[in-house]
Amino acid sequence: MTGSAELVDVLGRLSLFADFSRPELQAVAHAVDEEMFGEGQRVLRQGLTGGGFFIILEGNASIHVDGEARWTLGPGDFFGETSLLTGGTPTADVVATSLLRCAVVPGPEFEGFLLARPRFLYRLLQAEADRLRNALAWRQ
Amino acid sequence: MASVDGDRPFPPGDYDVVVVGSGPGGLQTSYELRALGIRHAVVSADDAPGGMFRRFPVFERLITWTKPDAPFERGTREYEWFDHNSLLAQEPECRALVPEQMDRTFDVPSREEMEAGLAAFAERARLQIRYGCRWESTRREEDGFTLVTSDGEYRCRAAVFAIGVTEPWKAPIPGAELASHYVETGDPEQYRGRSVFIVGKRNSGFEVASGLLAWAARIVLASPRPVDTTKLGRLPVRARYLQPLDEYGRGGASAYVVDATIERIERREGGFRVVAHGTTWPGDLFFEVDDVLIATGFRTPFLDLTELGLATVADGRIPALTRFFESVSLPGVYFAGNASQGYSGLRKQGLGSNSSSVNGFRYNARVLARHLAETRFGQRLERPVLERDQVLPYLLRELAVAPELWVQKGYLARVVSFDGEIRDEGIVPLEQFVDHGGPNAVAVAVEMSRDAEIHPAVYIRSQSRLLEAALPPHPTRSFDSEAHRRELATLLDLVG
Repeated sequence: MTGSAELVDVLGRLSLFADFSRPELQAVAHAVDEEMFGEGQRVLRQGLTGGGFFIILEGNASIHVDGEARWTLGPGDFFGETSLLTGGTPTADVVATSLLRCAVVPGPEFEGFLLARPRFLYRLLQAEADRLRNALAWRQ
Repeated sequence: MASVDGDRPFPPGDYDVVVVGSGPGGLQTSYELRALGIRHAVVSADDAPGGMFRRFPVFERLITWTKPDAPFERGTREYEWFDHNSLLAQEPECRALVPEQMDRTFDVPSREEMEAGLAAFAERARLQIRYGCRWESTRREEDGFTLVTSDGEYRCRAAVFAIGVTEPWKAPIPGAELASHYVETGDPEQYRGRSVFIVGKRNSGFEVASGLLAWAARIVLASPRPVDTTKLGRLPVRARYLQPLDEYGRGGASAYVVDATIERIERREGGFRVVAHGTTWPGDLFFEVDDVLIATGFRTPFLDLTELGLATVADGRIPALTRFFESVSLPGVYFAGNASQGYSGLRKQGLGSNSSSVNGFRYNARVLARHLAETRFGQRLERPVLERDQVLPYLLRELAVAPELWVQKGYLARVVSFDGEIRDEGIVPLEQFVDHGGPNAVAVAVEMSRDAEIHPAVYIRSQSRLLEAALPPHPTRSFDSEAHRRELATLLDLVG
């Protein structure tokens, strides 16, 4: 992936942006930062302030809670929104398990990013609802 | 250290490190490597020091300040905060060389003054550089790299590319090939009475727009991201170039600053037609203009490094780097200078680094050289011992005036370890302290809140647990106040 044209294509394939026209995707591509992490690098830190909203474009990451690996994430998965929405610190570490490329919405810009894009917000809520349902099913 | 080939240093051969480039990043890196006794060569395609400042900025005036007179004496470490353009040195005669060149027309140097300051540094620090030696290709070897140059082959265990972010880059807009790039901006006079469309609303876009205000009849600045001027500390554009925004804000039709993606640029008789699609407002705009200038920035001239597996970010323009400025995908390849922005840091509250300008990357070069010395060349650098009662005043003073912490906010930190003896670990990437673990220790950094308020931050590592504390801001940024002293003292009790 070498250009914003490609970033638009990658974003367009994600379910979060399924309702977006190409010009809207182009605007998103300019509103996010692109960051890359080496294998083993921490992306999000449990209990430390800061962070942002991350969408994985390429590569994998694992979620660690209190040092214990819990889940693996891959392309299209996202993380970081919980602490941004609740105003707390991240509840888990996220660690790159391969070269990891992410689109990032910086923390202070997340609220504005959501409010400007109701269709994205709706898709995000759908994904959160799925996660909640899976978590409840797992507990039973 | 260098063998000499006629009057040119560093003939092709084997070196521990090869530094490519003779701009400020290359000069600072070579200075730091030499200070640590690391055998290295410096090669440069140019024929004199200065790098990009030999040609840019187009309008001959920098955006980074140097105050010739400041609350601290020139040449002191504290003064570095007021002089964002000079390189760093131990020798008094090599410090604060840019303000010496300035005629005080502005509190930012002209391009010529900056170039002269860098040349003076290279000369007074007696830096050796093989000029006229162009890096042309790269081979990966079992234990390092071979850099093929116009003068021959250089083998090295680590290569540091201080090659700037200097290759003109146009955003992939249909029709962009019809338009000129920022670097091709001609004399302002040739835009007299013309209608000029500028793609890009960062520094180079606003710089050109400001430079043409007195000549052009109409200027349009457009890019997708809005310029938010409410938080000056976070503003990606220096306020000195905001005149076009001022003109737009006051009304009239001579300057527009528009948030839009550029759909396409078409050639029309005698000019261009630009189609733009709003990002912060709905709808399309069409502009008939005489000239289009693309000011969407530059890329790092990677040559064949991407083919060797170098990972990049930002549309392939910037190398993706670790906290010690090494490629995340191509070990042994490091970047210094402007490209060191490829390590973005913790980005707490979204705050970026100053690694794309001299003020920030001069400190990165020092961090890089120390890292190379310890991890690749077996050195154990001195870590001065502190007495327990020295720690509190020392860290307070650092928070108040340390230029590394003030320039590289939330990015570089001062670390003191408590492992039997109390030792000053120096200036290290904050991420290294937070993520790497180690003995009980304290790190102090200067950070910025989401409301752009500057405040001190303290990180305590005690029994492998990490505690983070934001100290309060202060109206005169007196981070060594009594209130800060009390809070920091309480935190230090946790560590030892």
